[in-house]
Amino acid sequence: MKTYLPAKYEIVRDPERCIQCQVCVNQCTFGTHCYDTEDDEVRSHSENCVGCHRCVTFCPTGALTVSRSRLEYRQNANWTPEVIEDILRQAEGGAMLLTGMGNDKGYRIYWDHLVLNASQVTNPSIDPLREPMELTTYLGRRPDGVKLGAAGTTLETELWPQVRVEVPVMFAAMSYGAVSLNVHRSLARAAAEMGTLWNTGEGGLHASLYQYGNSTIAQVASGRFGVHSDYLNAARVLEIKIGQGAKPGIGGHLPGEKVSAEVSRTRMIPTGTDALSPAPQHDIYSIEDLAQLIYALKEATNYTKPVSVKIAAVHNSAAIASGMVRAGADIIVLDGLRGATGAAPKIIRDNVGIPIEMALASVDSRLRQEGIRNQASVVISGGIRNSGDVAKAIALGADAVYIGTAALIALGCHVCQQCHTGRCAWGICTTDLALTRRINPDIGARRLANLLRAWSLELKDMLGGMGINALESLRGNRLHLRGVGLTDTELDVLGVRTAGR
Amino acid sequence: MIETGDPARIDASGIHYRDLNLQVRRLAARGVRKVQLCNVSGQRYIGTNLDRSIEIEIYGTPGNDLGAFMNGSRIVVHGNAQDGCGNTMNDGQIVVHGRAGDILGLSARGGKVFVREDVGYRAGIHMKAYGDKKPVIVIGGTAQDFLAEYMAGGVLIMLGLTLNGNAHRANFIGTGMHGGVVYIRGSVQDHQLGREVGVAGLDEEDRRVLAQYVHEFASLFGYQADEILNERFIKLSPRTLRPYGRLYTP
Repeated sequence: MKTYLPAKYEIVRDPERCIQCQVCVNQCTFGTHCYDTEDDEVRSHSENCVGCHRCVTFCPTGALTVSRSRLEYRQNANWTPEVIEDILRQAEGGAMLLTGMGNDKGYRIYWDHLVLNASQVTNPSIDPLREPMELTTYLGRRPDGVKLGAAGTTLETELWPQVRVEVPVMFAAMSYGAVSLNVHRSLARAAAEMGTLWNTGEGGLHASLYQYGNSTIAQVASGRFGVHSDYLNAARVLEIKIGQGAKPGIGGHLPGEKVSAEVSRTRMIPTGTDALSPAPQHDIYSIEDLAQLIYALKEATNYTKPVSVKIAAVHNSAAIASGMVRAGADIIVLDGLRGATGAAPKIIRDNVGIPIEMALASVDSRLRQEGIRNQASVVISGGIRNSGDVAKAIALGADAVYIGTAALIALGCHVCQQCHTGRCAWGICTTDLALTRRINPDIGARRLANLLRAWSLELKDMLGGMGINALESLRGNRLHLRGVGLTDTELDVLGVRTAGR
Repeated sequence: MIETGDPARIDASGIHYRDLNLQVRRLAARGVRKVQLCNVSGQRYIGTNLDRSIEIEIYGTPGNDLGAFMNGSRIVVHGNAQDGCGNTMNDGQIVVHGRAGDILGLSARGGKVFVREDVGYRAGIHMKAYGDKKPVIVIGGTAQDFLAEYMAGGVLIMLGLTLNGNAHRANFIGTGMHGGVVYIRGSVQDHQLGREVGVAGLDEEDRRVLAQYVHEFASLFGYQADEILNERFIKLSPRTLRPYGRLYTP
């Protein structure tokens, strides 16, 4: 069938600069550039370009420019190019549209309508260059009170395991199989170096990464891939994955093509078989069932590790979160509307779930109202872009955040949304061994650690500006936030005042 | 109350599961090879997280998630088991002299589960095989709906010994199945099967596998294996290993 899809991008090759070196031919994984041996000339097929800029970045002479296709449709607010092209793809493919990364639609980003406070005259700001600033965060369940023995020297209250992170930014769940082993290596090393945690996702933990167990959050999801006693014992935190912001309510399919020999060993399934994660966990149909799995994991690890439960942010998140805490979750994770994925149906990614800012504010408020906020840490994810978002999230009530896309961008990702094809030219979202070598874990870990260091410095600067020397003082402190350009209802849900008040 | 020795013996009356499991764990760590638990009444997670493999004999009714994440121990239940028995089991054996509840052997990757009588919904759901690991579930009686749902590997055998001439009533058998094999003694109607499974007779290799596990089952519960094997069996296997291959357009 002839495709009616137009090219999305246009490649312009400057003949003055191009030296026919074929770097672009070798770097592109989508067949955009080719070398014609007869004419001894490198040419480009713009229709194959996905806009990932791999060729542009690596062209030694700067000969390539990638721009959006100049094809102009008749202007129409309803039938936009994206809508038209989606219909064409479905008319030709006859199936659900698959995509990668997070929601790219124009839903309001509330972080951009929230501003932070700073000290002026009446209270002094703190200079983080000269004074100690505390970003250390403990994750886990806290007791309602502390009871001492008769002599006052012993603690009678049972304490639950706590996990200390030096920066309130952790790496979000991205499974081995979705991303490459070298990405996992980069994440694990950076987390260990910076005193934070990385998350295995639901694809198991590669044997070579058990040494980073103390910096690892091990996920248990509906497919139970790679879940066995050594895996559970190796990790610092266990996370039950109920849902994901990019695809709330649906399961996942890792296609057999991506189940290579190494992925097979780590997921503990045969090579080449589809790894199907059913939509629900079939031992969890209720809060009581969730409690059962939480305590199964606690029993399996002798109550030595916090158990986290991750859900997608949906309409009733606050009530669900209350149930999760009461079920025994030590950490609850909310993944918002803009949370990303290695592969999800586009229609789900773009239309299901609620913005993380709203979910966070309502969950934090609800847990406070019910007097159980101390019983679990709250971690959020889904579109956190910079340390400003982190600071605002902490002020809205989060204990820490996960970053996924931001971490991948640090590794080279240009958010071209082709993760689901397994042909990532940056070597990130692929298990093709020739491509995965494009990520060097030494360099990857350096780039990720640099990002965390940069954000830590910025967080300390913002804290100092507010006259605060510990992140704990900002946590849930919504008086440090003001809203700009928000409706009364939005301000009410977020629990912040409008700027000027 | 604990009687030490080997076998050690614990009276589980009124003990919370956390304390009961802690005691079993301590006994195992001390080198005890066999533990007998009496008056068990709904305590969950028995047999989970033991440093070494031991034998646990249970009198009474163990609670949910019996042997969850188990990695080599042997559990014998003189009574009925509840939901989630053998959940995500990696290795070992569970023998139930009675019935078992829902999601028996959920996501099991290895080990064997033998249940003398009937089981609940979704038995064998998402069982998977890997390398030399091949989970086996033998159900003496019959099962409720969604037997072998999403099954990805291993062997599931249903013998129908409790049917007394009635037919199996489970519906949606093998829905989403994409690996492994199910042997059913007696017959099921087409409408009882999920769309993803095909029905076939047994070949030589099937008969060898079946005979091996039926003999194991028969010797555990005092049946005559040959009498069981004399009846007609059908084999269910996935029509395709990629049941959901045509769902997406890249």
